[in-house]
Amino acid sequence: MTREPVDYGDEIPFISVLDENGDIDDDLMPDLGPEVVLKGYRTMLKARRFDERRLKLQRSGRIGTFAPVVGQEASQIGTISTLRKDDWFVPSYRETAAGFWRGLDPADILVFDAGYNEGISIPDDARDLPNAVPVGTQMLQAAGIAHAGRLRGEDAIAMTYFGDGATSQGDFHEALNFAAVYSAPVVFVCQNNQYAISVPREKQTASKTLAQKAVANGLPAVQVDGNDLFAAYTAARDAVKRAREDGQPGMIECVTYRIEMHTTADDPTRYREDDEVEAWRERDPLDRLGDYLRDRDALDDGKLEKMEKEIEAEIADAWERAEARIEELEGTDPMFAHIYAEPTQELERQRKAMARRAPQEVHAGEDSEAEEDAENGKDEDQVEGDGEKDDG
Amino acid sequence: MAELTMVEAINLALHQEMARDETVLVLGEDVGVDGGIFRVTRDLIEEYGEARVMDTPLAESGILGFSIGMAMNGMKPVPEMQFSGFAYLGFHQLESHASRMRWRSQGRFSVPMTVRMPYGGGVRALEHHSESREIFYTHMPGMKLVIPSGPRNARALLLAAIRDPDPVVFFEPKASYRAFREEVPDDEEVMELGRARTAREGGDITLVAWGAMLPRTMEAAERLSEEGIEADVIDLLTLSPLDYETVVDSVARTGRCVVVHEAPLSYGPAGEIVARVNEGCFLSLEAPVARVAGPDVHMPYFAREQLYLPDSDRILDACRRTLDF
Ligand SMILES: Cc1ncc(C[n+]2csc(CCOP(=O)(O)OP(=O)(O)O)c2C)c(N)n1
Repeated sequence: MTREPVDYGDEIPFISVLDENGDIDDDLMPDLGPEVVLKGYRTMLKARRFDERRLKLQRSGRIGTFAPVVGQEASQIGTISTLRKDDWFVPSYRETAAGFWRGLDPADILVFDAGYNEGISIPDDARDLPNAVPVGTQMLQAAGIAHAGRLRGEDAIAMTYFGDGATSQGDFHEALNFAAVYSAPVVFVCQNNQYAISVPREKQTASKTLAQKAVANGLPAVQVDGNDLFAAYTAARDAVKRAREDGQPGMIECVTYRIEMHTTADDPTRYREDDEVEAWRERDPLDRLGDYLRDRDALDDGKLEKMEKEIEAEIADAWERAEARIEELEGTDPMFAHIYAEPTQELERQRKAMARRAPQEVHAGEDSEAEEDAENGKDEDQVEGDGEKDDG
Repeated sequence: MAELTMVEAINLALHQEMARDETVLVLGEDVGVDGGIFRVTRDLIEEYGEARVMDTPLAESGILGFSIGMAMNGMKPVPEMQFSGFAYLGFHQLESHASRMRWRSQGRFSVPMTVRMPYGGGVRALEHHSESREIFYTHMPGMKLVIPSGPRNARALLLAAIRDPDPVVFFEPKASYRAFREEVPDDEEVMELGRARTAREGGDITLVAWGAMLPRTMEAAERLSEEGIEADVIDLLTLSPLDYETVVDSVARTGRCVVVHEAPLSYGPAGEIVARVNEGCFLSLEAPVARVAGPDVHMPYFAREQLYLPDSDRILDACRRTLDF
C-alpha cells in the first residue's frame, strides 16, 4: 500500500526574450539574421495597417464582418516563420498576419470579406487551409494532415492556430490525444488573447495555464510571452524540430491580448475596462520589436516611413484589385461551383433555372443551354419558379 | 402593451419565466455580461445573477450535456447555441440523449429543456452562421421544433416551450430579430405548441411558410391580392409535431398549395408537407403542390445570400404556375 506523488510530466516553462524596453536576453536570443527580423516586423506592420483599412471598409459597408488581429501579430509571425513552405498552415479565423507571412494575397482576403467565396482560391502549391469558423474543429484536421504526411514519408509538419476559448472544446482535447497517440508531427499554437468574445480567460477554464492541458495528453508544452516575437519564435522552432525529427507533437501557449473588438460585430466596452486595454497597449508587440530594431540601427524614421508608404501602396492596390474582381463577380452560377467534383443532374437543373432568373444578363452560351433545358421539359422548377417557362 | 422587436420579445419571455419559476436557468456562450451577441439575454444577469445566467466555457457539447443533466434533476435549462451552425458540436447530446431520455429510461427521466438558437440567412454573416437545417431536428423522435415568425408569437411560444416537459429546439429566425416591431401584451400569453396559425385568409391558394420566410410569403400574398387572387397563408410555428391538419383543411378548400422554405430543396421540410397534403386531400388538388426553396448548395457567402433565399418574386412565380396548371 502506498500514497506518494506520481511524476505526471514536465512543468510548463515560460519563455520571454525581448522585454518591454526592447532589451533582450542574450542567452535565449535565437540566431536570426537582421533581414528576417525586419521582414517579420514589416509583416506585422502590414497586418496592422491592413486591419485599420479593413475596419474603415467595414464601417462604410464595403466589406462584412471580420476578426481583427491587432495585438497578436508577434505570436503569429514568431510561430509561422519557423515553417517551411511545404509545411501546413491550419488557421482559425484571426490569422491574418500569419497568412501574410505565408504569402496570402490581401486582395483575396478582401474579396472574401466582401462576401464572395471566390476569395478563398488557394493556389495548388500552397498548403494553407481556409479559415475555420467553428471553434476548435480544425485542430483534429491538422493532426490528421500531419499524420498522413508522415505515412507518405514526407517530413512536412502542420501548425494549427486557435484561441483560449477553443481549449474548452472536446475537439481540442481529442486532437491533442490523437496527435500524441499517433506521433503526428503537429504544432498546436494557442493564442491566449484573454477573451473568447466576452468571456474572460478565468471563466473559460480553471486551469492555471492553457499549456498544461497538453500534459495530460503526453505532449510537451510551453508558455511564451506572445507579444515577444523572439519568445514565440524560440518555442516554435523547438517544437517544429521535435515534430519534424521525432514526430512529436507539441503545444505553445502565446500569452497575448486582443486589442481590438472580437469581430466588427462586437462591442468590447461591455465586458472590458479601458485600463486593462491600455495596460496591454503598453506591451504592444510592434512597438517592442521596433525599439529593438532601432537600438540596433536596423530601423530609423526614414526607413519606417518608407516601409509605411510601401505598405500603404500595397494595401491600396489590393483593394483596387479586389474591387475590380468584385465587379466581375455576378450571377448565381458561382453558388453552384465546387459542390461536387461533377455537378449532379439535379444541381445542373437548379443552376440553369436560377441563372435564368438572376437579375444579371445571362451569357449567350448559357442561354441556349437554358432553352434546351426548358425544351427538355418537365422540370418542375421548385427552386426557381417555373422551369417550363422560357424567358430567353 | 408594448411594441417590441423579436429580440425584445424573447428577452421579455425569459425575464417573465425566470421571475415566475426559479428552476429556469439560462446558459451559453456570452449570454451573461454581454447579454448574448444579439442581446437576447440582455440584463438577465443583473436581475438573476450568475447562478441562473451562466456564461459557460466555449463548448456546445458541454452546454447541452450539462443542460440535459440539470433538466433531469429538477431544473429547466434554456441553453443558447450562439448560432444553429455551431450546434452540431453538441448535436449528439440532442440526438443520442435529450431526445430519447424519456424512452431510454422507460418514462423515469424527462429532459425539460429549451435549446434556443438563431438560424437562417439574411444578416450578412460569416460561413456557418446562416444555414437553415430544421430537418435535423424534425427527424428526431422525442424532440420538438418550434420556429416563431414574429415578436408576439415568439414570446408566447417560448413560454410554452420552457414549460413543455419534453426537450424543445427553438429556432429563432435572425433575419426577423429586428426587422419589425409588433404589439406584445404585457400579460402572459402562452401558445400551444404543435398548432399552426392562419396568418391570412383566402380561398384561392394555400401558402405555407414559417420563420423569416413568412414576411416574404405575406408579401407575395399581398401582390396576388392586387390581382384579385386571395391566398390562405399558414404560418406553421411548430415543425415538429407538425400541424398538417390545418394545412390539409386549407388545401381541401383552395385546391392549390405552395410551400416556401429557405432550406435546400432536396429532402427539405416541404417534402414532408407535400406528402401530408397528398395523403390528406389528394382528390381536392387542382395542381401539384409547388415548393420554393434554396438550391441544393451550401449557403453562399453573404454577397449572394439574397440570391439564394426565396423572395416574393420566386414565390409569386410558383403561385402562378400552380394557379395556371
Ligand atoms: C463551435 C463554435 N461555437 C461558437 C462560435 C461563436 N464564436 C466565434 S469566435 C468565439 C470565441 C472564440 O474564442 P477563442 O477560442 O478564445 O478565440 P479568439 O476569437 O479569442 O481568437 C465564439 C464563441 C463558433 N464560431 N464556433
